[in-house]
Amino acid sequence: MSEKRDRATREAFGDALVRMGKTDPRVVAMDGDVATSVMTAEFGKQFPDRYFQFGIAESNIIGVAAGMAMAGKVPFAASFACFITGRFETIRMSLGYNRTNVRIVGTHVGVGIGPDGHSQMGLEDCALMRTIPNMAVIQPASGIETELAVEYLVDHVGPAYLRLTRQKVREIHDERFTFEFGKGVKLREGSDVALVASGATVERALDAADLLDKQGISAAVANIHTIQPIDADLLVELARTCRRIVTVEDHVPAGGLGGAVCEALAELQPAPVLRLGVNGFGESGDPEELYERFGLSAPKIAASAAGFLESGAEVALISEGAV
Amino acid sequence: MTFTQTSDVSELKQIAKRLREKILRMTAEAGSGHPSTSLSSVEIVTALHFSRMRWDPKNAGWDDRDRFVISKGHGVPVLYAAYAEAGAIPEDELGTLRKTGSRLQGHPDPTRLPFVEAATGSLGQGLSISLGLALAAKLDGTSWRTYCLLGDGECEEGQVWEAAMSAPRFDIDNLCAIVDFNKIQQTSSVEEILPTLNPLPDKWKAFSWHVIECDGHDLEQVLAAVDEAASTKGKPTVVIAHTVKGKGVPEMENATDWHGKAPKKDQAEAWIKELQLV
Repeated sequence: MSEKRDRATREAFGDALVRMGKTDPRVVAMDGDVATSVMTAEFGKQFPDRYFQFGIAESNIIGVAAGMAMAGKVPFAASFACFITGRFETIRMSLGYNRTNVRIVGTHVGVGIGPDGHSQMGLEDCALMRTIPNMAVIQPASGIETELAVEYLVDHVGPAYLRLTRQKVREIHDERFTFEFGKGVKLREGSDVALVASGATVERALDAADLLDKQGISAAVANIHTIQPIDADLLVELARTCRRIVTVEDHVPAGGLGGAVCEALAELQPAPVLRLGVNGFGESGDPEELYERFGLSAPKIAASAAGFLESGAEVALISEGAV
Repeated sequence: MTFTQTSDVSELKQIAKRLREKILRMTAEAGSGHPSTSLSSVEIVTALHFSRMRWDPKNAGWDDRDRFVISKGHGVPVLYAAYAEAGAIPEDELGTLRKTGSRLQGHPDPTRLPFVEAATGSLGQGLSISLGLALAAKLDGTSWRTYCLLGDGECEEGQVWEAAMSAPRFDIDNLCAIVDFNKIQQTSSVEEILPTLNPLPDKWKAFSWHVIECDGHDLEQVLAAVDEAASTKGKPTVVIAHTVKGKGVPEMENATDWHGKAPKKDQAEAWIKELQLV
């Protein structure tokens, strides 16, 4: 099953969906004419009777998925994150309130998608999904993590949102990794600053920790694959062992990982938190250059973290590429 | 009481009368709600629940039940009335409508009252849910049918047409939509709000639905329409039921100022007496 190679998490999702389709007849998928982008096309080829094409109509897809879940199916409704979570009210009502076992899958998240630019970038999706009380929010950082998350989600009770990348991400795990819903993964110990990341920014946080190490700063790195419910115990532990917390996400800083971390710590273990994310609506460009521009490259993350340790307040201005 | 269904139209007419009485009493007791839009759906709900639909008032979770999704969620008092009439819920529970902690929420809530299939009330979503139910039934090779009650104003929501456009491509004939076409919306008539909603039947025809028009207060016509839908093969059916908003209460009939308004208790009782609803 899981292999150690760099892949887009959308690709790992497509692989896992086919695998789960073979073992569980309840698994169905629906498409809004983006199957080749969101990687559900192979599932459609192998299981044509469990694959439904609705045309470009995300609200309808969400509602149909809710109805199928009410009748015992486990629907995976995949589209670009911004398009599908943009149908927020239908998700809130048809999926959330009805307590359905639908899995909303949002791909093409963040500035990491690159050239297609602002209109295709899911940048607010995580914040939206977090406001729905029973919605699980999962953002895997690698291919292996994605495959295990999809396996987990087949039996999860309640609605869930899976947030996936268009671009390849580094495989940070090996076959020994186990996915535990709701549990963060400490990838690196550290005592000065804790870099708390999710999804595509996890590998960048790891690289930033290496850079900080060279400056004599000890940085812990935590991978939060489950953003809702968030692993408050791990966050409290990090806030107790490190002087500062820096959250790193390819998402707006409001309401996503950064918001979730701040909410948990404010209640349980108040700590200074710097939220790094995409300040703005995104734009076209090379993904690496965009990460640099929006302050999410390893050097920029390291610089922000170092600055935050020094002073605190004014470092929020560091991502000056933000527009 | 024992729940029995009937094809006897005079019996069904008596049931419809009693549903009207319950709608007026429960909304008056609640002091709010949407009695007029509930009244326009009475014969549709009566024909299905007391004659044609497969359901068991003592077993909400029966796997083989037909599904009834009330997409026009604000009209849910008509369903509560039917549930009480059928013995699914106690008659006196109707007095709890819209009150704190009640199973009878202002809009349908299956987490509290399992007889309603889906939480609705944000208009436009019920037909997609119904399509999902119908597709799942087809996939499982089961024989239960799905009915979806839509409002006419609700058909101004884009999602209704996303569902309408896509349903026929799946060759399903286990889905029956019914539009309670009472011609009045919240603030005014359909003709004033959005005249281009007409001609409504043509729009469904254009998306390849089997379309039936009927008088939505004539029980024989409604029963015939439901039967025709059940015997139509290879495509979903929509019944455009021409109705009167507020039907049965002259002061409410076709009035544009009764949408979200409940009668006073004495007014409700006077109407029930005058109209011989009891």
